[in-house]
Amino acid sequence: MTTTSRALLLIEDNEDDVFLMKRALKGARVCNPLYVVEDGQEAVNYLAGEGKFLDRSVYPLPAVVFLDLKLPLMSGHDVLAWIRRQKDLDSMVVIVLTSSNEASDLSRCYALGANSYVVKPPTPDQLEELATAFKWYWLEYNEFQDEKS
Amino acid sequence: MSTHRAILLIEDNEDDVFLMKRALTGARIGNPLFVAEDGQEGVDYLGGAGKFGDRSRYPLPGLVFLDLKLPFMSGHDVLAWIRGRKELDTLVVIVLTASNENQDVVRCYELGANSYVVKPTGPDELGDLAKAFKSYWLEYNQFTDA
Repeated sequence: MTTTSRALLLIEDNEDDVFLMKRALKGARVCNPLYVVEDGQEAVNYLAGEGKFLDRSVYPLPAVVFLDLKLPLMSGHDVLAWIRRQKDLDSMVVIVLTSSNEASDLSRCYALGANSYVVKPPTPDQLEELATAFKWYWLEYNEFQDEKS
Repeated sequence: MSTHRAILLIEDNEDDVFLMKRALTGARIGNPLFVAEDGQEGVDYLGGAGKFGDRSRYPLPGLVFLDLKLPFMSGHDVLAWIRGRKELDTLVVIVLTASNENQDVVRCYELGANSYVVKPTGPDELGDLAKAFKSYWLEYNQFTDA
């Protein structure tokens, strides 16, 4: 069963990377609604449903978050730690997507509760291959918590 | 690609072990595979108890496939035990179970599962899962060094 209806949230401040990720997901025929927030604080606001994000019919809780680590205002590590302190976000899948392949970042993200850690592929073609692999595993096979109404 | 890290399958049903081995081989997954046949053996393996203390023979895996219905100690309890061990923080745990109950899904994520997959029904479907698993986890996911 393919998960096509659940939202994805991309937390990424670099607009080139946002553009490339959107293109890669489209190229991989990932049809899920994609939302983008551009800094760590906005990510927390989105996930907490604060301010304009209060309306979940407009800004649904995502099943999967792609999280960059180097973010303005609040780092990706801090966003991840915040997510894992929220009981109602326990079942949200967080995939760290970063240019860092430092062992310390890797260990720290897993310790903070990341579901997966991926280094950003260097070319658009390789990013699309990642999007294809993501779709195949996560959207075809992984079970997500039932959507809360 | 992560080809060298060991994979540990915690599964008591020998038919399922056979089918999983065949699916992984069919997907050309060359990582060394170890099997623990109940929850207690899973914990002993990961904790390096008894014979499992010899890490040259029983290497610490990068990833665990964990069944939920296990003798002696349930998969939930194994998962809770793993996530209580600081040194196993970076171990990837994929729950592989026959249950698609939402409460099992929620509980496993709460306990710190990295992913939750319902066992496909036929050998061919299990082979497809093994290929999808390889394409994402072994090609893209970063594991810590052994």
